[in-house]
Amino acid sequence: MSDTYTLYNQTVMDHFMNPRNMGDVKDADGIGEVGAAACGDIMKISLKIKDGRIEDARFKTFGCGSAIASSSMATELIKGRTIAEAMNFSNQEVVDALGGLPPVKIHCSVLAEEALKAALEDYVKKHPELAAQINKSEPVAV
Amino acid sequence: MRHVFLDHQSSTPVLPEVFDAMKPFFMEAFGNPSSLHQHGLRVRDAMKKARQQMAALINADSEEEIFFTSDGTESSNLAIKGVAYANERKGKHLVVSATEHPSVMQSVEFLEKQGWTCTRVSVDPEGLINLEELKAAITPQTVLVAVHHVNHDIGTIEPIVEVGRICAEKNVPLYVDCEASAGWLPVDVKQFGAALVSFSPHRFYGPKGVGVLYRNKKARIVSIMHGGVQEGGRRAGTENVPAIVGGGVAAEIALREMPTRIEHTATLQKRLWDGLKTNIKFIKLNGPEPGPMRVSTNLNLSTEFIEGEGQLLLCDMSGIAVASGSSCVSKSLKISHVLGAIGLDHALAQGNIIMSLGKGNTADDIDYVVEAFGKIVVKLRGMSPMWDEFERGVIDSVINPTGRGKSFSQHAADISGKAAH
Repeated sequence: MSDTYTLYNQTVMDHFMNPRNMGDVKDADGIGEVGAAACGDIMKISLKIKDGRIEDARFKTFGCGSAIASSSMATELIKGRTIAEAMNFSNQEVVDALGGLPPVKIHCSVLAEEALKAALEDYVKKHPELAAQINKSEPVAV
Repeated sequence: MRHVFLDHQSSTPVLPEVFDAMKPFFMEAFGNPSSLHQHGLRVRDAMKKARQQMAALINADSEEEIFFTSDGTESSNLAIKGVAYANERKGKHLVVSATEHPSVMQSVEFLEKQGWTCTRVSVDPEGLINLEELKAAITPQTVLVAVHHVNHDIGTIEPIVEVGRICAEKNVPLYVDCEASAGWLPVDVKQFGAALVSFSPHRFYGPKGVGVLYRNKKARIVSIMHGGVQEGGRRAGTENVPAIVGGGVAAEIALREMPTRIEHTATLQKRLWDGLKTNIKFIKLNGPEPGPMRVSTNLNLSTEFIEGEGQLLLCDMSGIAVASGSSCVSKSLKISHVLGAIGLDHALAQGNIIMSLGKGNTADDIDYVVEAFGKIVVKLRGMSPMWDEFERGVIDSVINPTGRGKSFSQHAADISGKAAH
């Protein structure tokens, strides 16, 4: 076969074949691990947070191509964001940045959002003084 | 890059001899076999020959017992619904094995919505049907028993002769789906005691677009496709003549080459499984070990701590075509019902890959696959939080429990709020 056909679009395939930010953040400030009840995929995101901003984000994923690509893209997107901004992160951003996912795979991007939010919650739990500010959706300064 | 096709259970390439035999039936001998003029009669003769070739493959007495359909799914639908509707007055109960093909399972579910009942007979962890349970399931209202010859996912060869004996004792017709076996294992409708048998030539180097249903003359069946009086009134619609002619040639060659094909694939099957289990830790073969209980073409593998679709995609990018029964590959997000029926742990079902061999594969192909697959597993495990957690002793292996940590499935249930099943 001379042509290559792909199950997903080129962006998704690129993030699956060459995932960004794969691994674990050393001495992470927040770690979130979530599982999808629908399919059984598992996603873990770890964050390094400095001065109220996400300095580094890394992922590990047990899941299909689009789950790996979604977590790769999600970690790319959230680096540099404030905690409050990250708290408003939506899976749709991942879908858009990936140039779309098949309808049956949208839940992979939801899993990425949930893993990120679980990591942020883990961070906030360790820093209860931030909870009030985050709820007001204001930029959080530490 | 080397290209290795290891998905022969999905389809096979048409043989040159088959293609040559088909060619005249597109432009030259294009007639409709129902026509009474020269164009129709010529085609009708060609179809009769194909029926004889199909009959020979399964040791049927007469070509009159062979019906052509469009594919395996249609054959299953006709066998199940056709027999159920034809025997409504006798009873409305069916018995099937729990690991039948979806075309059987879904046909049965369709009938259940219309008032039929069905007993699904369980299988053991290797996929073998429970014969005692089968015997007990048959009632005076049972109109059909359906048990496949070889399972399409895990390659288990069912004890069909025993199943046939039970059905004969109880005087209930037996339908044997031979989609995964015909052309690769001897199929003998008489030895099986089968009233109905189905198979598809595209699984053994014939074309797509034709399915075969054998029906013993004693078995009552009604058409589920209504229209003209083709196929003895059992299947209305103009036949796919080129595919039928090609399928017949493929059946004839399959019968002739069967011992060679079995020997060739059995050798490669062993080489592949030996290579993989040596090269990769925490890998499990689902279904029986290669040998008399397993079709020589199939290996069904679960590689722990990684998911199947990722394995499939990376295999594809390495030129290796495989299939998977993982939930991520299925459009319904459910694991293969066969893997569920053999009681396979959900995490292992998710790491599932199916490799199916053909006559064109070589020992070099297999060695390439063993090496490439090993690298793929390393890459995906490097990305997997489960592998990391296993190495840190948080979760345990299902394949080789080490006695530390909780099970993968328990861990998945804990973090997803409910069980993965």
